[in-house]
Amino acid sequence: MSHATTAGTAKTEASPTPVTPKKKPALSEGKKAERRLGWLLCAPAALTMIAVTGWPILYSVLLSMQRFDLKFPDRTEWVWFDNYVTVLSSPYWWNAVWVTVLLTVFTVAIELVLGMSLALIMHRALVGRGIVRTTTLIPYGIVTVVAAFSWRFAWTPGTGYLAEALGGDPVLTEKIPALLVVGLAEIWKTTPFMALLLMAGLALVPDDLLKAAAMDGASGWQRFIKITVPIMKPAILVALLFRTLDAFRIFDNLFVLTAGSQGTSSVSMLTYNNLIKGLNLGIGSTMSVLIFIMVAIIAFVFIKLFGTAAPGSDDGGKR
Amino acid sequence: MAEIVLDKVTKRYPDGALAVQEVNLEIADGEFIILVGPSGCGKSTTLNMIAGLEDITDGELRIGGQRVNEKAPKDRDIAMVFQSYALYPHMTVKENMAFPLRLAKVDNATVEKKVKEAAEILDLAQHLDRKPSNLSGGQRQRVAMGRAIVRNPKAFLMDEPLSNLDAKLRVQMRTSVSRLQKQLGTTTVYVTHDQTEAMTLGDRVVVMRGGVVQQIGAPQFLYDQPANLFVAGFIGSPSMNFVPASLENGSLRTVLGDVPLTDRVRQLLEGADAPREVIMGIRPEHFEDAALVDAAALSSGGKFTHQVDVLESMGSDKYAYFNLTGEQAASAELQELAADAGSDDVPGDGISLVTRLSSASGAVEGASSEIWFDADKVQLFDPASGRNLTYTER
Repeated sequence: MSHATTAGTAKTEASPTPVTPKKKPALSEGKKAERRLGWLLCAPAALTMIAVTGWPILYSVLLSMQRFDLKFPDRTEWVWFDNYVTVLSSPYWWNAVWVTVLLTVFTVAIELVLGMSLALIMHRALVGRGIVRTTTLIPYGIVTVVAAFSWRFAWTPGTGYLAEALGGDPVLTEKIPALLVVGLAEIWKTTPFMALLLMAGLALVPDDLLKAAAMDGASGWQRFIKITVPIMKPAILVALLFRTLDAFRIFDNLFVLTAGSQGTSSVSMLTYNNLIKGLNLGIGSTMSVLIFIMVAIIAFVFIKLFGTAAPGSDDGGKR
Repeated sequence: MAEIVLDKVTKRYPDGALAVQEVNLEIADGEFIILVGPSGCGKSTTLNMIAGLEDITDGELRIGGQRVNEKAPKDRDIAMVFQSYALYPHMTVKENMAFPLRLAKVDNATVEKKVKEAAEILDLAQHLDRKPSNLSGGQRQRVAMGRAIVRNPKAFLMDEPLSNLDAKLRVQMRTSVSRLQKQLGTTTVYVTHDQTEAMTLGDRVVVMRGGVVQQIGAPQFLYDQPANLFVAGFIGSPSMNFVPASLENGSLRTVLGDVPLTDRVRQLLEGADAPREVIMGIRPEHFEDAALVDAAALSSGGKFTHQVDVLESMGSDKYAYFNLTGEQAASAELQELAADAGSDDVPGDGISLVTRLSSASGAVEGASSEIWFDADKVQLFDPASGRNLTYTER
């Protein structure tokens, strides 16, 4: 990404009169050489991106327009948008969409509140700041699958202490309780990440502003709502964007805890089941293209509508 | 409107460091008081304790007769202007200035009226809808002032409010701060490290050093009667000249020759239990080109002849710099002043002397010149304690 940015700058520097973009001014030899060098320098990055990102995306779009089931390879043919009709009219798909959306909205909302509290604690901690920060980060440092197995065992009647504590019901075998457990595991795991991002944002709020607000008569809560939050809004939005995109692609926790049974599949889980387990490349690719579109919409909403600074941009978002 | 009383106010940090030590200060209602001193002298800490932004370790702070040690900043009804201005970047000028009023739940019409009034006083009316990031330094400073004055607080606290402005604007804003304070008549505590601001702005000046108050008084009094070496060296620009001197049979032996003790100085010394070795301080304006001094004064004052090192002609005056051979006056306070001014790492041996001569003086750079000084204006200090031996409570 950084290569691309460099190339962009090189290009703007190379155009001598940016005021009159219509009339293309003749480039001097030096400028031309500079521009050529710019292209050459960003070529390796661009080629790598095309190879590992561009082509796979294009290939899955192509696959999504074919009937392509590895169990029946000889029946492969172009069906254009038939796969999309099939997926979008499937109740399984819509169930998975709703599960994903609800999990995303609830976990991210709770993570934001908890993460903010943790960030404030870490930011303001007077004693044992290092210990507080380290312990806070432990859940994030544990491999998700390992953590998910711990949760599964904990909730399994007979072996798990959490299941015993709650009366020994097999919570992971029912849809709503299972989703609650999945949500809990997600929140437990990713709140520290949220807290870290928010803490970076808290550091952006100058102490003088909070002092000034205190002098102006603001209580602690008013200072937080009227000064801290507005000033760290860019950091909050970036944290929300990252977490929303991550949460929307939830897979590993679900895979271990329920494997998508009892209608607890997320879109990623459903896609995996079709693509890898079912070997249906056509339908599976259709689903992944749909996920791609939904994720793109989320990112678009955050960046264009909320003015989140896109990662890598240096203008601090929309003014 | 209220008086502020600091009664043995002390600030000790948890690590044991003493930032402010037993400050006693009575600030009258409507008074403009300046806390001045080099960085780290405890002036800002003192201000923050008055504001409530720092806890008071010991002693009592009373505002309007009421003990406020335990009160949160918001309940003390005082406004503060910060060096960084601390404007809220996400609010317009108007919202910034209205912020304290909105928090106090003042009704809309009153807020509008008060903000408009303040904006007119500070000449901000045409900028009300702009964000702080689109304002110049001077405008931001005025918004910060505006935010303080809209709510009619009991007192203003200002923490180096002009330090971030360029020199010319600073002088301009200095007069407007002074005018504003007189117009509003609000008790003001103003922190600065700039002795010029201290001299020009305050009704009274508090000079601090290492958390201890050195002297409190009107600017002119501090200038004429510094209580010790530190105040003498800190107040005044260019600062007072210090040379080592020894008291010998009724006169002072110095590198500037023997200086006769005038009656006034002798009387003061008798009561002061002076040591034999002292430091003589004399301000630049108490020197004059000997050719321009009448005979009577010439005989009663001190005289020396030396080569002029550097001559700066300011038009109205001439500043002649001399570099005399000899030991520099040594004291902890002078060292600290030199360190604060950054002049401790300027290379150079001997005693440097700054004199202010009349513009009519014929002194020439590089040539020898005879210089007279007023022996009645010398101040003598005890090198060990720094105490001014010629101090009078006049």
